[in-house]
Amino acid sequence: MNRKDFLSVVVTFLIMYVFWLLLSACIGSHHGIDYIRVVGGLICAGIVTAFSHKHRLLFTGKEEKVLTKAYRFIFYVPWLLWQIILANFDVAYRVLHPKMPINPRIIEFDTTLRGDISRTTLANSITLTPGTITIEVKGSRFWVHAIADKAAEALLVDKTMQMKVAYVFMEF
Amino acid sequence: MIETVVDVLTTAFLIFGAFFMVTGAIGLLRFPDFYTRLHATGKCDTLGEVAILFGCMIYSAYHGMPFVVFKLLCIILFFFIANPTGTHAIMKAAYKTGVKPWRVGEERR
Repeated sequence: MNRKDFLSVVVTFLIMYVFWLLLSACIGSHHGIDYIRVVGGLICAGIVTAFSHKHRLLFTGKEEKVLTKAYRFIFYVPWLLWQIILANFDVAYRVLHPKMPINPRIIEFDTTLRGDISRTTLANSITLTPGTITIEVKGSRFWVHAIADKAAEALLVDKTMQMKVAYVFMEF
Repeated sequence: MIETVVDVLTTAFLIFGAFFMVTGAIGLLRFPDFYTRLHATGKCDTLGEVAILFGCMIYSAYHGMPFVVFKLLCIILFFFIANPTGTHAIMKAAYKTGVKPWRVGEERR
């Protein structure tokens, strides 16, 4: 086992174990340290690490400028949360309106995003925001079901979300 | 004084969340087609549950249960990722097996 593998095993194990301790709350409790939880955490974190330390999310060696992307992603999240709230008011309006103004159709478009993470972020954002759900992604082609004209136009014509995700992941 | 503010905030978030859950259920009954019903539940349920859990977070943060706050935060994060993915998976399965989308002017399915 070379140095990189050893490092990934150690880091994965530490993250899993700290997460276990935080979730089981055995270090802050008032009855002292509960040894069953401590040892159980070692075993469970060990099993999870044995299965998954090869599938890395962070230090894969393939990405550049990870810090800039992470920094920009942190600013992307509040905008996304605001869009989610707007989306739900929009859907609630369409549900509760007596005439039910919907005009559903399926639209297709291409994106210029190349990486897996950026495409997944775009697909998830499309599903989370007003009036659109991702149906299928094949290569750079997206199939999206839109519930009204305004939502479909926001994706096809304005392209606000694609621009923002491209800015976050630095792929124009 | 702060106790009242925390109570009011918690109640506000819980009512907000409950309103969206009920709206999702109404949408499930009113919309004419499989895909549009998925829109209603997939979006409204996500926000409704997150609002309810956020109200619980505020309550337990004030009453001094820090581990509960962390666990609820983990659940919220998981929910934001898993619910849209589940909605997408259901819709993709329907599209692949040939469920036809509804256009304006057709009858209900």
